[in-house]
Amino acid sequence: MNPRLQITELHKSFGKLKVLDRFDLDLDQPGITAILGPNGSGKTTLIKSILGMVLPDQGEIRVMGEDIKGKHFYREHIDYLPQIARFPENLHVHEVIEMVKNLRKKPAQDAEMISFFELEDQLEKKLGQLSGGTRQKINLVLACMFDSPIMILDEPTAGLDPVAVLKLKQLLNREKAKGKLILITTHIMSFVEEMSDRLVFLLNGKVLVNETLPDLKSTYGEKSVEQIIADLMQGIPPDTNDQPSINGHKKDIDQNSYTTSESLKK
Amino acid sequence: MRKVCRYSFYDIIRSKWLVSYTAFFFILSVALFWLTPDFSKVMVSIMNIILVLVPLVATMFGIMYFYNAREFTELLLSQPLRRRDIFLGQYLAVAGSLSCAFLFGVGIPFVFFGIFKSPVIFDFASILLIGIMLSFIFSAISFLIALRNENKIKGFGIAIFVWLFFAIIYDGLFILLLSFFSDYPLENVALAGIIGNPIDLSRILILLKLDISVLLGYTGAVFHKALGASAGILIAFSILLAWIVVPVWRIVKVSSTRDY
Repeated sequence: MNPRLQITELHKSFGKLKVLDRFDLDLDQPGITAILGPNGSGKTTLIKSILGMVLPDQGEIRVMGEDIKGKHFYREHIDYLPQIARFPENLHVHEVIEMVKNLRKKPAQDAEMISFFELEDQLEKKLGQLSGGTRQKINLVLACMFDSPIMILDEPTAGLDPVAVLKLKQLLNREKAKGKLILITTHIMSFVEEMSDRLVFLLNGKVLVNETLPDLKSTYGEKSVEQIIADLMQGIPPDTNDQPSINGHKKDIDQNSYTTSESLKK
Repeated sequence: MRKVCRYSFYDIIRSKWLVSYTAFFFILSVALFWLTPDFSKVMVSIMNIILVLVPLVATMFGIMYFYNAREFTELLLSQPLRRRDIFLGQYLAVAGSLSCAFLFGVGIPFVFFGIFKSPVIFDFASILLIGIMLSFIFSAISFLIALRNENKIKGFGIAIFVWLFFAIIYDGLFILLLSFFSDYPLENVALAGIIGNPIDLSRILILLKLDISVLLGYTGAVFHKALGASAGILIAFSILLAWIVVPVWRIVKVSSTRDY
């Protein structure tokens, strides 16, 4: 059976800038996969390519076994939370929820999600009148009200207060228990450490690490995720010298022009 | 497309910009009727304002809407929708709401002052039709500019220049060209020149309809002489339609190949 998400030999350049370079990634394991990497590593391009917003130069993306090139129905299988929650200012909250419901012809748990994020009092307000945090909650309702097998959340905690973050974690654990494939990008490493099952680290348009969190921690000697990510970004290898390089990519790290330990010394 | 168009339309018709635009035409029409009760005079006066203001507002509003709706467009792009349906839906919402604002702003005072009992009702209808067509033409051009330019400042700059070009510069260049080559027969050049500017074309279409030959000018006279009033109106109308169809077709093409 095909993995839910299969990316093969994906290339994408913007002008001379090569953002994704012979990029391969298969993901099917239920649970939360954190997609991490420094700025410009290709995270956003990867997500946008999966959603069909960015058109790859070469390569293939399969979602639920279907090649997505030139297609749009496959997005029924994906719930997406955009990074910035901005909606038409003069629409009411209930209108934008109805609109997204109308765009997909499948049942939605909007009432449940509205009550989960305690948004009942906001439904009649115009979206332009809402605070950033409330807009992010609406964003979450829109992204999570369909029961799709794949979820892609871009910076889901942005602008949320601690209570809402706790609710988000509850929600993610619930969705994870349903066996969904959940991809998250975030810069909050404590969130990654607490919530993720797997970590995909991108550097210069390639997958440098694709490991479960326990495997990664055993390789890196029980360091915190924050420390591991910092080591990866600086090209610092795992503590023990006889440890094999992660996914055989150590050479890539050393060759990388991005902040290597050597360039840091300079 | 209909769903995207419907909700975008709801959003735009509630915006203060659109309410102000409607109010402007309403107050202008009432003020002109206050100055003179003659329908023909009011129509000629309002025509000159429509020919400048409608393209300007459609260009600016179209580009502003497109850039402002960027995140919303991304949300729509992540839904199981064709790109074509998203962008055509948004375009129709912008052009449609601007047309409604114009229609109600100008139409209500004319109805109030008795246009239905006047013999010039069809002339008035042609002015309304031109205003609507200009809204559709310049919204499409602005969408195309925004689609091709991710940089907002550049996009706005190009949009203002395009409006300035069609509303002012084009005529100046045209007159210069005609005066430089005044020794040569320029009828065909003049005809081709009119086709290249939807604002000029609209002006001539209205003047042919109103039969005000004194205001036609050289190009209008050439148009009138070459094609006659009826055929001229029909051809001018068809070319204006092409000015909508071609940019819309480009919107569909460009939107299907660009990255967001």
